[in-house]
Amino acid sequence: MSWDWNVVDDFMPRFWDGVLVTLQALAIGTLIAFALGLVWALAQRSAQVWVRWPVVAVTEFIRNTPLLVQLFFLFYVVPNFGPSMSPLTTGIVGLGLHYSTYTAEVYRAGIDGVPAGQWEAATALSLSKGRTWRAVILPQAIRRVVPPLGNYVVAMLKDSPMIATIGAFDMLGEAQAFSNETFTTEALTVVGVAFIVIAYPASLLIRALERRLVR
Amino acid sequence: MMSSEFFTTWFLPGIWVTVQVTVYAAALGAAISFGIGIARSSRYWIVRFLAGVYFEVFRGMSALVLMFWMFFALPLFGWQLVPMWAGVSALGLTYGAYGSEIVRGSLAAVTPAQKEAGIALNFTRLQRLRLIELPQAWPEMVPPFNNLLIELLKGTALVSVITVADMTFAGNLLRLGTNETTPIYTLLLVLYFVLAFLITRGMRLLERRAKAGIGQRPEKTGSITRKLGARGESLQAGSQSAGGMG
Repeated sequence: MSWDWNVVDDFMPRFWDGVLVTLQALAIGTLIAFALGLVWALAQRSAQVWVRWPVVAVTEFIRNTPLLVQLFFLFYVVPNFGPSMSPLTTGIVGLGLHYSTYTAEVYRAGIDGVPAGQWEAATALSLSKGRTWRAVILPQAIRRVVPPLGNYVVAMLKDSPMIATIGAFDMLGEAQAFSNETFTTEALTVVGVAFIVIAYPASLLIRALERRLVR
Repeated sequence: MMSSEFFTTWFLPGIWVTVQVTVYAAALGAAISFGIGIARSSRYWIVRFLAGVYFEVFRGMSALVLMFWMFFALPLFGWQLVPMWAGVSALGLTYGAYGSEIVRGSLAAVTPAQKEAGIALNFTRLQRLRLIELPQAWPEMVPPFNNLLIELLKGTALVSVITVADMTFAGNLLRLGTNETTPIYTLLLVLYFVLAFLITRGMRLLERRAKAGIGQRPEKTGSITRKLGARGESLQAGSQSAGGMG
């Protein structure tokens, strides 16, 4: 039982590599989750049953199965039928796809939260469908969705180490490789602390945002 | 294809292990949720502070990293855990933090008048919790706890990474042996979905019973406290805890 700061020093360059990969996965994953989630949410409101029903079924299925198994599925099964992707790309797609089903719920709740009178007012003013969405509904919905969306970004950060299990070298992947090579455990502790150090200020920020936007 | 022998030696026990891990971690998580949740509404600042530190640390932590740390780094400090218990404790500690926010939020949603009534009746703090606050907070807690349980079930897949032979582990083992990836992982996803579905169904019963409990109290006070509670802090508490789940 001993803590060796030299080991930590040795790990640091690879730690920063890992941080970059984690942040990259988080950034692109977030973009996918935000964009795709809006697509799901709008499709779920579609008047056509054949659009609405499959989207509800698929998103429910993704939401209720583990991200880890989905990553294995994307990494080992999808290449049998389609493109084979690098571990990092697979991880980003997996994170984005999984979280898009959560953000879809957020958008849905945000849109449903706009009072019915606003829709009626738009109809009374005979605004077009596109104009109703752009000028009336979405601006009001956005205030409600920003804080929960932010929460999911933090949640995604905490789930991002799962991409290490399919061989992507994020923070955890680097720590794992380093630990195996040197038979030490300091690297894992450093990464554990790093997650708290990143996640805590982020959650404070979101709470402040929530206080400002949701009134 | 999957041989029947493999199925009985690995997959069926794997399903059982997944169920076990879920149950143990849920029990540990629930105990922590109530302990930390109640401590966070304590009137002593030091208790509130320490419980708050627990909440921030374990909510900010990634469950997988925590699991790795407990399995590989904890032995360094002279504490070797069996893989199963390393997994269960990592999951329990994480989900206990999320759950404590549910407990704290729904306790805060109990109207002040109810607490004051308890004081007026000269109830001790413990009596007030047991007889007034928890029974009223309970129906508010059940639905978010159900969501948390589904998140926990999905989280159990992580234990496969530290060599606990759950169903994901069995699936990975089979992939290494046969390379028949498509049926293996499709079956796994379906199994998790079915388990999640069963939990949702079972919990809906509990939800209905928790709501029915409200009706047993005098009609008017019951509905008024619910309305006040729902309008008060429970909305905020709900939106906060919802996002905390990973």
